[in-house]
Amino acid sequence: MAGKRKIPIKPFVFLVCLLPAFWLVYGIFTGTLGANPIETILRDLGDWTLRFLLLGLAISTVRRLMGWAWVMRYRRMIGLFAFFYAFLHLAVYIGIDHFFDWATIWKDIVKRPYITIGMTALLLLIPLAVTSPKIMVRKLGGARWKKLHKLVYPIAIMGVVHFYLLVKADVREPLIYGGILLFLLGERLYRRYGESFQFAKSIR
Amino acid sequence: MLIKHTIASDPKSFEITSKAAYLKRRDFLKATLALSAAAILPTSAQAYLPQKIEGIIKSPFSTDEKLNKYDDVTSYNNFYEFGTGKGDPLDNSGDFQPKPWTIKVDGLCNNPGEIGIEDLMGQYQQEERIYRMRCVEAWSMVIPWVGVELASLLKKFDPKTEAKYVEFTTLFDPKQFPGQKYPIIAWPYTEGLRMDEAMHPLTLLATGIFGEELPPQNGAPIRLVVPWKYGFKSIKSIVRIRFVDKMPTSTWMQQAPSEYGFYANVNPDVDHPRWTQAKERRIGEFFRRPTLAFNGYAEEVADLYKGMDLRKNF
Ligand code: HEM
Repeated sequence: MAGKRKIPIKPFVFLVCLLPAFWLVYGIFTGTLGANPIETILRDLGDWTLRFLLLGLAISTVRRLMGWAWVMRYRRMIGLFAFFYAFLHLAVYIGIDHFFDWATIWKDIVKRPYITIGMTALLLLIPLAVTSPKIMVRKLGGARWKKLHKLVYPIAIMGVVHFYLLVKADVREPLIYGGILLFLLGERLYRRYGESFQFAKSIR
Repeated sequence: MLIKHTIASDPKSFEITSKAAYLKRRDFLKATLALSAAAILPTSAQAYLPQKIEGIIKSPFSTDEKLNKYDDVTSYNNFYEFGTGKGDPLDNSGDFQPKPWTIKVDGLCNNPGEIGIEDLMGQYQQEERIYRMRCVEAWSMVIPWVGVELASLLKKFDPKTEAKYVEFTTLFDPKQFPGQKYPIIAWPYTEGLRMDEAMHPLTLLATGIFGEELPPQNGAPIRLVVPWKYGFKSIKSIVRIRFVDKMPTSTWMQQAPSEYGFYANVNPDVDHPRWTQAKERRIGEFFRRPTLAFNGYAEEVADLYKGMDLRKNF
């Protein structure tokens, strides 16, 4: 790993992260998004928001479990992609699905728990996106920055709950995401409190 | 060099060819497919190919709105027996065999019995009915159904006066319906209508779409079509019809009683907890359009519900 890499990996990862968006644009122009393309786009963007959120959470888990420090280099980018897809998801909902029908949109936000929760998650993502540049980390100070970015835990939970609430009957897919999230959060809890569990066991 | 660009606004072949020519070409394609399938898979069961229905007459109940495309009608379906994704019914119905098929009719009637799908199609005049169809998920389509009035079939079994409701049941067969392997909803799918709703002239037992037998994903070989109610009332692949005296509990009522009622009449003023019902997206269109009371069939059916609180009886 020593020395400078010749192949620029980061731009490559960046392009890979953009693929879902390219795929949708390609689908729009080729008419391959099915009978209800607006629904397909909205749902795909929702799926990718949640996937990038979980991927962002998985990065430090992988570092700890596998000892791969280099993965941390991609965490900011993955997190920003989560915001990117969340923003597009909301934009499609407002500008295409409901075509700026603000009365309906407002009613949705206050009346339908899954939208209320999705909206809350999105709003909470904004300060994280705004404070993602290195300069903001310095400005805030590492400890405060870390504390603020703990918000990603409730955001991810809300993302899964949002999905769980919106399916009509088949909860298997949101439960899979829930399971992954449980593992990622569980690993953190275990790391934090696990030792005292071990200790408690050993003195019993 | 010749490159053919296809862009979204190009007319689809369906729009530039006459419908007859389009259907004929599809027949040819299907026949070719069937032959090649037979050549490759001589021993395995063949995929079901819906045939043209002969002698269909037009109905005055038809709307003259623009039809949805055959491909959209047959690829965007809610039919959880084949899976919960909209494309699952098309993708997972290759092994479905809607023939032979019998429907058992029993319960509170003087003349219980069975009727085979061939008899039903042979003995009853098949009519084309172009109806709007409104899904509870706030999308809609215009579909040219083929079928018979439910009333004309029900009368043959001579319901007793105690019969107040009619209950319908879908086939239960996880081998043919892979979705039934998981208890996503309580199988088999069950629906119900009040007697006067079942006997209403708009209520159709559909055997086909676009002049052909129903493909599996649309509820082959026989399904209900109640155009003034949300789509989930229009139960598919029916094997049993039963006359009863008590209001049947439909599958969705059982699944989520606060979200789905027995009546499920299309009503822009009563929201589903998860969707507004005031507007709908007609498949193929960009803008949502206002939803009409009773899906635009108020003139014909509003009287059935006179004096009822439609907010409570949703
Ligand atoms: C962090 C924020 C969010 C996440 C992680 C998220 C995630 C998701 C997911 C996973 C789906 C389901 C996709 C599928 O069915 O495959 C979805 C659907 C949806 N989301 Fe979001 N979402 C978020 C924010 C929002 C916001 C802010 C709104 C609107 C104000 C919204 C409105 C919707 C709607 C309307 C659907 C489609 C429901 C349907 O088709 O029945 N979401 N979202």
